[in-house]
Amino acid sequence: MLYLVAALALGIVAQTPAASRVPLLRAIWPTYIHLLVVGWLTQLIFGVAYWMFPRYSPEQPRGSERLGWAAFVLLNTGLVLRALAEPWHSMTGRAGTALVASAALQLLAGLAFVVNTWPRVRER
Amino acid sequence: MPKLSVCLIRASLAYLAAGFVMGAIMLADRALPLGGWVIRLRPMHIEFLLLGWTVQLALGVAYWILPRFRAGAERGRASLAWAAFALLNTGVLVVAVGAAVGAPPIAGLTGRCAEGLAAAAFAAHAWPRVKVFGAGPGAGAEG
Repeated sequence: MLYLVAALALGIVAQTPAASRVPLLRAIWPTYIHLLVVGWLTQLIFGVAYWMFPRYSPEQPRGSERLGWAAFVLLNTGLVLRALAEPWHSMTGRAGTALVASAALQLLAGLAFVVNTWPRVRER
Repeated sequence: MPKLSVCLIRASLAYLAAGFVMGAIMLADRALPLGGWVIRLRPMHIEFLLLGWTVQLALGVAYWILPRFRAGAERGRASLAWAAFALLNTGVLVVAVGAAVGAPPIAGLTGRCAEGLAAAAFAAHAWPRVKVFGAGPGAGAEG
C-alpha cells in the first residue's frame, strides 16, 4: 500500500512541468515503474499467496516462515536501495555498488518466494 | 487445487524466477557493463513478468477459486481453460524469444495473437462462473 501511494505520487511529480527541467525528476521513470510493479503488485501477490495457498503441512502450513520473511526483507531492502541509487546513478554515474547490491537482493527475494511457494502449489 | 491451476501457477513461478534473473542482470549491467547482449533481455524481462508471471498467476488462482457448479463439471468447460494455458505460454515464449533474437515482426504478431486467443478462451471459460451466489441456470455456485 505504501509503495502504491509512493509510486502514484512519483507519477504525479513526473507529469509536472518541472519534471522535464530537473535532472533528478527526469531519472525517476524506472523508479516509478518498479515501485508500482515490484513494490506494490508483486509484493501484494507475495502476501496473498503466502496467506491463502494450500498448506504445506500441518506443522508448517506456510512452508518455511524464515524464507517467507527473507523474501519480504530482501525485496524491500533491494527495492528501497534501488529507488535511492538509480536516480543518483543516472545523474552522477556513482552508486554503482548500491545498484548491484539492489539487483542481488531483489533476485534473492524472488528466488526465496519461489522456493517457498513451489511445494505448496500441488493437487489435493 | 486442480491440476490446471497447479500448471498455471507453477509456470508463473518459473517466469517470475526467470524474469527476476533478467532484471537483476540488467540492473547490475548499469554499474558493471556486461556487454551489448544485455539490452536484448529487456523485452523478455517485461513479457515474462507482465504476462508470464502476473497474468498467468491470476488465471491459475481464478480457475481454482472462482465459484463452481453443483451440476455437471464443477469448473465448467475446462478445455477452454487448458487452451488458454497452452496459448498463453506459446504466445509469451514466441513474443519474448522473438524480440530477444530479433525475429521478423510476424513472430511478435503471431505471439500476440496467441495471447489474445488465450484471454478470449479463459474469458469464455470463466464468464459463467462469475455470478451472484446461488444464481445461474441449473447450477448453484459454491465457494
